[in-house]
Order: sequence, then C-alpha cells, then structure tokens
Amino acid sequence: MDRRLALPAFAGAALVIALAASAPWLKFVFTIALAKGLAVTGILLLLRAGQVSFGHALYIAVGAYTVAFTRPHVGEMLLLLPLAAAAGTIVGLAVGLFVARYRDIFFGMLNLAFSMVFYSLLEKLYEYTKGTDGIRVARPTIAGMALERVDYEWTMLIGGIALALALGWLASRFLASPLGQALPAIKTRETRLEFAGISAKRVLLVAYVISAALAGLGGGIIACTTLHVTPLLSYWTHSGELVFIAILGGGGSVLGPYLGAIVYELVRVYAAAAFPDGWQMILGAVLLLIILFAARGLWGIYEDLVLRKGRRA
Amino acid sequence: MTLLLFLAILDGLAYAAQVFMVAVGLTLIFGVLRILNVAHGSFFAIGGYVAATLGTWAATTALAPALALPALLLAAVLVGGVLGPVIERLILSRIYVKEHVLQLLVTFALFMILEDIQKLTWGVQPIFQDAPVRVLGQVEVGDIIYTAYQLYLLPGVALATLLGLMWFLRRTLTGRVIVAVTEDREAATAMGIDANRVYLLTFTFGTVLAALGGALASPTTSLVPGVGVNMIVLSFAVVATAGLGQIEGAMLTALLIGLGRSVAVYFAPEFEVVIPYLIMVAVLLVRPHGLFGRPELRRV
Repeated sequence: MDRRLALPAFAGAALVIALAASAPWLKFVFTIALAKGLAVTGILLLLRAGQVSFGHALYIAVGAYTVAFTRPHVGEMLLLLPLAAAAGTIVGLAVGLFVARYRDIFFGMLNLAFSMVFYSLLEKLYEYTKGTDGIRVARPTIAGMALERVDYEWTMLIGGIALALALGWLASRFLASPLGQALPAIKTRETRLEFAGISAKRVLLVAYVISAALAGLGGGIIACTTLHVTPLLSYWTHSGELVFIAILGGGGSVLGPYLGAIVYELVRVYAAAAFPDGWQMILGAVLLLIILFAARGLWGIYEDLVLRKGRRA
Repeated sequence: MTLLLFLAILDGLAYAAQVFMVAVGLTLIFGVLRILNVAHGSFFAIGGYVAATLGTWAATTALAPALALPALLLAAVLVGGVLGPVIERLILSRIYVKEHVLQLLVTFALFMILEDIQKLTWGVQPIFQDAPVRVLGQVEVGDIIYTAYQLYLLPGVALATLLGLMWFLRRTLTGRVIVAVTEDREAATAMGIDANRVYLLTFTFGTVLAALGGALASPTTSLVPGVGVNMIVLSFAVVATAGLGQIEGAMLTALLIGLGRSVAVYFAPEFEVVIPYLIMVAVLLVRPHGLFGRPELRRV
C-alpha cells in the first residue's frame, strides 16, 4: 500500500483500539462498523463502475443466516466466517449473472427487488427461519478456544481490524489492476471497453461477486458479534445504510468505507436512540447535502485538509 | 377450486388497477425526465395516509356518505399538487445534467426522507378507513358477494386513466408537447417549447397519479410503514417488465403481475411476494428491455 494510505490506516487502527480500551462498549460498535466497512468496500467497487446497488443487505443477511444455520453443527469461527463469505459468493454469482447485464436504474432496482424478496422469504418461511423472532447464535470458539465475553469481544475487534487492513490492501491492489482499471471505463464509455476486447459484463460480474463475498463476510461477522440474526438484516433500510456510508466516506479511497462506517456507527448510537422514527430522514437529508455540495465525502474533506496542505508546504 | 380461482381473478383485477396507477406515473416521469424516481412509492403511501385522514374527518360531517369518494380525489390532488412541484423545482431540477448514479442516489435520499415523514406524521400503527367501500355497497357475481368498489370503481378508474392519458398525449396540444420533449429535448426547445415547464407538469401529474393510487387503496388495505417501499419495488417490476417508458404496456404487465400475485395469495401464500419478481425475471431473461421496450442506441 502506498504511504499516503498506510499511515492513516495504521493511525486509525491504533486510535480505534485506544478508544475501545477506554470505553468498553465501543468494542461492539467498532466491530459492527468494521463489518459494515467490509460490505461498503464492495459497494465502492460497484460505484467505481458507476453502478449503485440498493440491495446489498441481501448478502449481509445471507452471510449472517449462514452462520446462524451452520452454528449448531460447526462451532469454530475460523470455519463459520469463510462459510459466510462462500455463501455470499455463491448467491452473488447466481444473482450477478442476471444483474450484470443491466446498468444504472435496472441495476439498482433489480438489486432492491432481490433483497426485498429475500427479506419476505426470511419473514414468511417461519419453519426454517423463525420469522421476525430471528435465530440466536451461540458464541463460537475462536481457533478452538472458548473465550469469555470480554476476551471474545477483543478478539473480534482485533480480528476485524486485521481483516479490514488486509482486505483494504487487497481492494486497493484490485483497483490498480487491469481489471480494476476497467471499472471506471464502464462508467465513462462502456462501448470503448468492448472495442478493446474486454467484456464489460464480465468485469462488472467479477466486481459484483467480490462485493457479495465481502458483504457475506461482513454479515458473518455481524452474526458472530450480535449473536442474533433477524430478517431485518436484509431490509432496504440496511441496503440504504451501506450506500449512505459509501457516499459519506467518499469513493476516492479504500479507507473511505471504514472511515464512513466508524463515523456513521458512532453517530447512530446516539442519534438513532434520540430520534427513532426520524433517523432515515436525517440520513436522507445528509445524503442529499453530501451529493449536492461535498461529492467526495469525508475522505475528500480529509484529503483537502491534510494531503493538499502537505503538498503545498 | 373454481370459486377460489374466480375470487383470485377478481382480487387480481382490483390489485392490478392500484398498481397500474402507481406504475403509469413512474413510467411517464421516466419517459420525460429520464429519472427513475425511487421516492414514487412514497407518494402512493402519503396519498393513502392523507385520504384516510380526510375520510375519517369527512365521516364526522353532515355530508358524510356523499363526501367519501370525492375525499379520495381531493387527497390525491393535494398530495401531488404540493409535493410534486416542490420536489421537482427544489431538488430534481438541480440534477438533470448529473450522472445517472447521482440521480438515483438523490431520489433514494428523498425516499428515505419521505418514509420517515410518514412515520412522524401518522405513527407506526395501522391506519384504515372503509367509508368509500361501504358507500358503494356490494354486488353478487355468480355465487360470490364482492364489493362494488373493488369490482367496478378501481378497474374503472385505471381504465379511464389509461384511455385519458392516451387521448391526452395524442390529441391535445399539451400532450403532444410532452411527447415532443420526450423524443428530442433539444429540438423541442429549439421550436420554442419550454422544456422546464413540461418537466414540472409531467412530474406533478405523475405524482398525483401515484397519490390517487394510494388514496384508492386506502379503503382496501391498512396503511403501515413499509407500504411505500413495497409499492415502488412492485411498480418497478411492472414498469421494467413492460419496458421503461411504455404506458400501454404497463397496463398489460400490471394485469399479468396483479393476477399472478393474487392467484399465489390463494394457492401458495408463502410465495405471494416472489411471484411478481419471478414473472419479471422470466420476461427480462428473454427480453432484456422488457416486453415492449426498445434497446437504447449505444454511443461510442
């Protein structure tokens, strides 16, 4: 990773650990934020191609329910999380083969439709999913060790940070690769990409499957952290949340999703409790303001403040 | 069995009529503004809520039975007439020249805002009114007793909307101006047409139609948070199956999807929600631009 990203990444990780050590309840908030950051990284890849999905909560739910369904048979986190990511990949491939043929409006809305169908199936097939009651997940072992609550939460947080750093680095490598470079070409002029002999559909499909795998993994982490899954995980408000975080963080860097997710979760803990029925409204209003007036998000503001100034000096 | 099927068909017709009212506005707005309004389902929901509120109030006045039906129309005009112009002028007019992805995000943000406005105004408890249904009474169809409201009024309004819209777009000057802007905005503007006015008019009109759909639905379903999102997803399925911008086609696919859904309600209730999308996916796999849609020209 180049130095301009490595420095803020490790500084941010250290800050997260320091804050979590000073206020114990923050461990939970930060772990959830990092899990969402993983999913938002997937959204970011799609945004690079000019596509927005209003249904990626589907893959969070797929990952989370995979953990919930297999937990009675598999007790090990190091197996559960790869399973969650694999389930996300498989469902993502099946849906992706269909939606990668579409762009813009169709892409966004078809994703929304798939996630809402999945939501109502989770709700209605009570025999298997226990409906809106959801399923409790027993705390899994980590590398064979059954940890106490505090140790477990610490391990989840540190593991989450390590995953975020590793996958963030991979994502930045992917974006720099020829395939990753083809993504913005879909946004600007897809036909030219095809003239160069590259299948735009395949490029988008690869990005889509990666995004589904990341969201599945994020969902698995969420299930292992909250230890309870409900159909609400796949509801449109959660898909909207992922898009919101992507725009809030800014599309300019692979660190944007994590910055956005952590700020978002911290604000949400306080604000959503104060205005339970007005939370979406606040998000919508902020989203409008960012799009109309600060299109590069928080990372863009950070760049303006720190990096640009540094270059001038 | 045949009785159930017959009931399912009657339900399907009434349901298709409601969905068509929302879908036709969505497709009309897309045809002219080239924006898919994700918040369109919220107009349906708000139309329903305002109609229920007005209806409950009208029931307390001296003119109670006579006011029940006009109150529905009044609610639709109020909601569409206020929300439509405000949203088009204040927000949408700023994003016509921006990228598709930003346009989608902006209407999605609007959708988030409007959903919570409903919760803050009307709460989260189900709201229901039945005065309009009672006014029209019941009719016997074969062995089935059915409400006249669902049998005659809903399909009647939908059919009148379709025919009226076709007449309006083909035979009146304003309608032809709208079609001209849809076909080629620049050429139309060069001819002296005020495209901004056409945008405002179309958006407001589409909003009124969605709100009318909601007002008409308010006596047949209870209003709860979430009706808006279900309706936008469903009406998008209708519009996408027909092909974006296709008005007559939307009627056909609304029927197809409405009937498919209500047959599922009677025979496989768990899969009620899945049927519309199965139909959509099946159609789109064979015809990627919908039944009546045309592929857009690819620019190099």
